[in-house]
Amino acid sequence: MNSRLTRFLPYLVVGLLALFPLVESTFYLQLLTKVLIMAIFAMSLDLLVGYTGLVSFGHAAYFGLAGYALALMTPGYEAVSLWWSLPAAIAICALFALITGMLVLRTRGIYFIMVTMAFAQMLYFVFHDTKLGGGSDGAYIYAKPSMKLGDVELVNLEKPAQFYWLVLFLMAATYALLQRILGSSFGRALLGIKVNEHRMRALGFPVFRYQLASFTLAGSLAGISGYLAAMQYGFVNPEILSWHQSGAVLMMVILGGMGTLYGAVIGSFAFIMLQEVLSNQAWFGAWAKHWQLAMGILIMLVALYLPQGLAGLFARFRSKPMPESADE
Amino acid sequence: MDFGFFLIQLLNGLQYGLLLFLVASGLTLVFGIMGIINLAHGSFYMVGAYLAWSLASMTGNLATAILLAIPLTVILGMALERLLFRHLYARDHLYQVLLTYGLILVFEELRSLIWGDDVHGVAVPALLNASIPLTDNLSYPVYRLAISGVCLLLAAALYFLIQKTRLGMMIRAGASNREMVQSLGIDIKLIYTLVFALGVALAAFAGMINAPLSSVTPNMGSHVLIICFVVVVIGGIGSVKGAMAASLLIGLAETFGQVLIPEVAGMIVYVLMAVVLVWRPTGLFGKA
Repeated sequence: MNSRLTRFLPYLVVGLLALFPLVESTFYLQLLTKVLIMAIFAMSLDLLVGYTGLVSFGHAAYFGLAGYALALMTPGYEAVSLWWSLPAAIAICALFALITGMLVLRTRGIYFIMVTMAFAQMLYFVFHDTKLGGGSDGAYIYAKPSMKLGDVELVNLEKPAQFYWLVLFLMAATYALLQRILGSSFGRALLGIKVNEHRMRALGFPVFRYQLASFTLAGSLAGISGYLAAMQYGFVNPEILSWHQSGAVLMMVILGGMGTLYGAVIGSFAFIMLQEVLSNQAWFGAWAKHWQLAMGILIMLVALYLPQGLAGLFARFRSKPMPESADE
Repeated sequence: MDFGFFLIQLLNGLQYGLLLFLVASGLTLVFGIMGIINLAHGSFYMVGAYLAWSLASMTGNLATAILLAIPLTVILGMALERLLFRHLYARDHLYQVLLTYGLILVFEELRSLIWGDDVHGVAVPALLNASIPLTDNLSYPVYRLAISGVCLLLAAALYFLIQKTRLGMMIRAGASNREMVQSLGIDIKLIYTLVFALGVALAAFAGMINAPLSSVTPNMGSHVLIICFVVVVIGGIGSVKGAMAASLLIGLAETFGQVLIPEVAGMIVYVLMAVVLVWRPTGLFGKA
């Protein structure tokens, strides 16, 4: 692919996606909205897994925390203003990521995976066992947040198309932000830490602070997606924090191809479409109820035979060798 | 809290801790020796409980059911190691996480296809269905004491196997240097298969003997898995001694937590983990 096309491709994709509500306004629009929300989530995890070399299995914690934050900030049947509730949800996630990050980053490898998972599960029990967010039943969000300028309503998020455009805008903004950050000297340092932590430390980089910054940023961005997901469903329950969610988003990152950002977007698209197809009763009848069986087998096959994901597959077809992954 | 009540909670805590040890010791052995993180370990616990339930309702006897089920779980463990886990030893932890996450989904769906989604109960064996009076109005079930006894015996056997036998020596040597052991003519692949099968069987056995005490439910594996992760983190990866200490600590903390401060009981184990992480990031018995 020539480089000029590659540079304009993201704009082209976002432009085409922006036109989608004009042709389709119901089921598929909502499905695509879900894909884009999960793409933000997957990109935030890719920052950790693919660029900082930290395999987190508790990323759903930040996704769910932002969802609960929105549910708790919404006053009953009235809408809360997006202008302050979104930043507040992000700030809560950033703070939680900062605190947990200081603890989990004391560990490496297998420990890190287990500890991130355990902290996410701790949050699960906080919302499951206490009355804070409605316990195991969860809580409803009766009104979607409002976007007003003075008395003028700028965007009506109750309308699927307008909500879709907001999600698309935030997805594109997240992509652009991460692209900028990863291209900066900060991003280069993160990649260096991923490849060889000791060397970076010897070169004088404050490795812990870089990792903590990356962890906090990833948690905050996951917060954006969690906030949007809670808004889309109008409902939160402890399952959004569960490790099934953390596993699903990790699968999206690997399926798409980690360390490529756009791979995370492709991965969430492929994962959600697969989920839709496999659980389609018209096609699979009684087996549709057991769609997780096929998904589980597929996940295992990807882990065994497609470690570089779909992005790696494209690269292989273009017969360009993928950069060597230099893990451990 | 009067003494009789305290004693009952103490025994319950120890019994829960010893049961956790059975599951966690397999997990920590597989971590320590093969360097594999296995999220599906909780599924083995679930498989054990369901096997005990279905075989007990077929044969009418829990002891027979357990004797029949143990060889099945060993075979399951060996087959999984040969077919799947063997391909992951040299790979990044990331792929081990992904593969075993997929395996959990497969186990859950197979369980749903074979045994359904209902909650089941298993009767306490008649021989052990009695209680010992502690005070005038408090008594303690014999079955729980029997479980604690069996777990202690198994822990002692495990210690003996790893520290005192020739096989245990090979296992320990394989953990520190795989290539060296292989070049000495020891079949390390076979040892890995055996250790993995041992871990699977221990977790499944824990599920079997605990089936009469807690109901047999879908997703019962995931709670045990997370608690065992906390146990392994607190005890130190690969340390069986650490797993024992941490299991008892968690067992007592959770049991007393539920009695004394029920509102935050679910969080106690995680707070303990956080404290240990600050104090000793590699666990109580872990190597730096």
